[in-house]
Amino acid sequence: MATLSKDFRELRLDHVQRDFGNFNALKGITLNIARGEFVALLGPSGCGKSTALNCIAGLLPLTGGTISLDDTRIDTLSPEQRGFGMVFQNYALFPHMTVAKNVGFGLAMRGEPKAKIAAKVAEALRLVRLDGQAEKLPGQLSGGQQQRVAIARAITIEPPLVMMDEPLSNLDAKLRLEMRAEIRRIHSLLGSATIYVTHDQDEALSLADRIVVMRLGEVRQVGTPEELYARPQTPDVAEFMGYRNMLPGRLAAPAAGGRVAAEVGGASCAGTPVGALVPGAVTLAIRPDDLSPRDDGPFAAKVEQVEYRGRAFFGIATTEGGAELHFRSADRVTPGTALRLGADPDRVLIYGGAS
Amino acid sequence: MKTTTNERSVLDKIWIYAVWTFVAFFVLNLVGVVGAVAVNSFATRWLGTWMPNGYTFHWYLDAWREFQLGKILKVTFEVVGAVVLISGLLGVPAAYALSRREFPGKRAVMLLFLLPLLVPPMTIGIPLATVLYRFGVGGTIWGVILANLVPSLPFVILITMPFIDQIDQRVEQAAKVFGANTLKLFTHVLVPLLTPGILAALLLVLVRTIAMFELTFLTSGPTSQTLVVALYYAVDAAGVRAGQSVDAMAMIYMITTLVWLLIALRFVNPTQIVGRQPASAGSDA
Amino acid sequence: MTDAALPRPAVVSLRQRLARRGIDATTLLVLPAVLTILALFVYPFIEGLVLSFLPRKGGTWANYAKFFSDPFLWQTIPTTLAISVPATFANILLSIPVALRVRKMRRQRFLTTILVIPITLGTVLVAEGLLNYLGPQGWLNRMLLGIGLVDHPVRLVHNYWGVFWSLVIAGFPFTFLLTLSYVSGIDPNLEKAAATLGAGPRARFRTILLPLMASGLTITFCLSFVQAFAVFPSAVLVGAPAGSTRVISIAAFQAAYETYDDSMASAIAMIMAAIQLAIVVLVLMGRGFLYRGPAAGGKG
Repeated sequence: MATLSKDFRELRLDHVQRDFGNFNALKGITLNIARGEFVALLGPSGCGKSTALNCIAGLLPLTGGTISLDDTRIDTLSPEQRGFGMVFQNYALFPHMTVAKNVGFGLAMRGEPKAKIAAKVAEALRLVRLDGQAEKLPGQLSGGQQQRVAIARAITIEPPLVMMDEPLSNLDAKLRLEMRAEIRRIHSLLGSATIYVTHDQDEALSLADRIVVMRLGEVRQVGTPEELYARPQTPDVAEFMGYRNMLPGRLAAPAAGGRVAAEVGGASCAGTPVGALVPGAVTLAIRPDDLSPRDDGPFAAKVEQVEYRGRAFFGIATTEGGAELHFRSADRVTPGTALRLGADPDRVLIYGGAS
Repeated sequence: MKTTTNERSVLDKIWIYAVWTFVAFFVLNLVGVVGAVAVNSFATRWLGTWMPNGYTFHWYLDAWREFQLGKILKVTFEVVGAVVLISGLLGVPAAYALSRREFPGKRAVMLLFLLPLLVPPMTIGIPLATVLYRFGVGGTIWGVILANLVPSLPFVILITMPFIDQIDQRVEQAAKVFGANTLKLFTHVLVPLLTPGILAALLLVLVRTIAMFELTFLTSGPTSQTLVVALYYAVDAAGVRAGQSVDAMAMIYMITTLVWLLIALRFVNPTQIVGRQPASAGSDA
Repeated sequence: MTDAALPRPAVVSLRQRLARRGIDATTLLVLPAVLTILALFVYPFIEGLVLSFLPRKGGTWANYAKFFSDPFLWQTIPTTLAISVPATFANILLSIPVALRVRKMRRQRFLTTILVIPITLGTVLVAEGLLNYLGPQGWLNRMLLGIGLVDHPVRLVHNYWGVFWSLVIAGFPFTFLLTLSYVSGIDPNLEKAAATLGAGPRARFRTILLPLMASGLTITFCLSFVQAFAVFPSAVLVGAPAGSTRVISIAAFQAAYETYDDSMASAIAMIMAAIQLAIVVLVLMGRGFLYRGPAAGGKG
């Protein structure tokens, strides 16, 4: 079985489509992934991110487009011919095989000699810090340990590409943070490319070199974590990246770059335009973290609820127009207080069109 | 690499094709077996041709008279009704106890309920008939009912247990905290929650009892024959009566069974008919 | 659990002692069913066992000695096995590929419903249908003649094959549905995982599906074998009950209802149970060597 080489330059998805009957789960995804890169596919459930992963793995045939590794077209190959490593959401460990047999499965399928398999398995188990568990059955391991076995199993075959489908979603919060660091460490040790599917933007931001935001079967934005955090290209990406305050506004004059003022509910709010804007309806996006009480703030509102989250107070306030604003305050505010809220104009993004 | 992929997919296709051909062949023969009985029961004369020369309904009237089907049907439903009722009344509480409690000897009790389903019906039927005759119920309708309880009661228990396992114990604990005693717990909480499971188990027992041949055959007398036993005698003595008349009776038996099967299939999965079904097999969210 | 809620009397009552061992009012609900099975199954069985050692004439073992010395009797054992073992294997070997295919179908219900029909109709009706369908004037022979495969009707009933087909018609759906329920319990992600690790279809079957099905298949084998081994009505109706399909059930029945020798009949019934249980126990012991845990990729 000729599986693909680890020494590739680039994996290319070219207008990859996948339909289920009349439903277009993937509407032509185009994406390049370089060797050594850690790419996160991020989006709400049903956005097509898992479908995309299954297409790359070969578990789902494409209904359009091509996938190639350097100059070789691979979308016609079966999953066993591609030899990409995959970590499944529920781990999919073989329940009837020991940890060692699970981890060595891929090598055994390639007909490697027993001694070589044993050495590689031991090495992989050391890498995921599971030495001494080799002879246990998966059912005897904790969730976190099963997760490590799943990762070890995917990397022993030294795949050009490791894919992970929401690998942390079955773990508790503490273990999730621990495994996040672990995954990043293993990725940098291996040097192969990793594609990581998640719906959790914290996970994507902390792990990935590049994030691909998907929605409704389309790629909405591709960028570094910093770019996505600070400059989401569209209102829906902004909303998904944690911009909870999405306010309708009006713009009097055209704008591109620099700083402009938009009119929101009678007040004027300065912000940064995203792309070229024409006069008319616009949408302002502000993170709760960036909106805080200040005397010169444009929004007059009454505090409804406040909760203390350690570093600061987070609250909800209502404007006279009835809009809800999520804000942050360093000092205690009490419900019922009237205050003015504002944000640094750099942190107020203005998008064309109504949201 | 391209060619290997193609070759394999051709082999795959042949394999898939072979599997479906077998299924089609099986279903075709099945239709043939059932259809031959159905067609013959309406045939005036059917010799050496694909289909009969003419059609008539009078074999059904003949069969009804000759085999005293009215009486046999009555016995059949009395037996089936009693078996369903008794095995439900005894089986559901037993299933509950087995599902909820750990006690010494539980494994032995489980084995006790499994054995009647594993021992050949002939093995248990012969000594059971001897015992029933000694106690004077052999050959009577009660003898037939008792004999049919042997496989039915364990069957109800094994089918109901997974349904009870599925009900969260905390619901019961809550009911007890709010003051329900064991009887009220059963009538107010468990029975409503278990209705689908109980219904499934009882319908399956019903269908199986109608078709239960060996035990009924060994323990019934002339006045306590059920439909399936009467059919056996009719087929066995086929030379005596017209084949069409026997097939008309077979049709009546078939319809009786299939009506209940169709009702049962509204509530249960076909796989449950063959035995205990793992409550929800390998479902992952 | 019930008792914990009750006020505690000063002395340790019998009730509490029992409760400590897990026996309380709820546990007792199992009693009526246990008593019924003891009375209707265990007691007659023991009666039969005792009766088999009280022959009409001769010593304690006379019935058994007679059975194993009279070829007309003991040959029913190889005859029964020669029908039931191949029929069971045929049913299982056919069930596996079909179940693996049907598992991937979204609308299984229609097929499974059709297949469940012969199970519910029972062997008597299947036998009557086979007599019509496979008979010299039946549709199958007409079809074979029509396509020129044979030049005169083939004898398909009143011999070994008649019984064999009746066991397949009634037995395949049973084996298939059991196999299907075991196969459906295997997490499809396991196969996908194996595929990404380089296992082709055949390797996936050998390393993943077969080991995970094996334990279920042994159970399926036992249950199917039990049914085939007990074959009675079809052996009489579509077989050759005096010759090649004189199965052990027939011998037992004749002893009980034709020669009215209860003792001999019980002995044959006991021999029948012993052989069948021996085979089931052997198969289940073999199962001890197989993986028996859950067939889903473990979750945390």
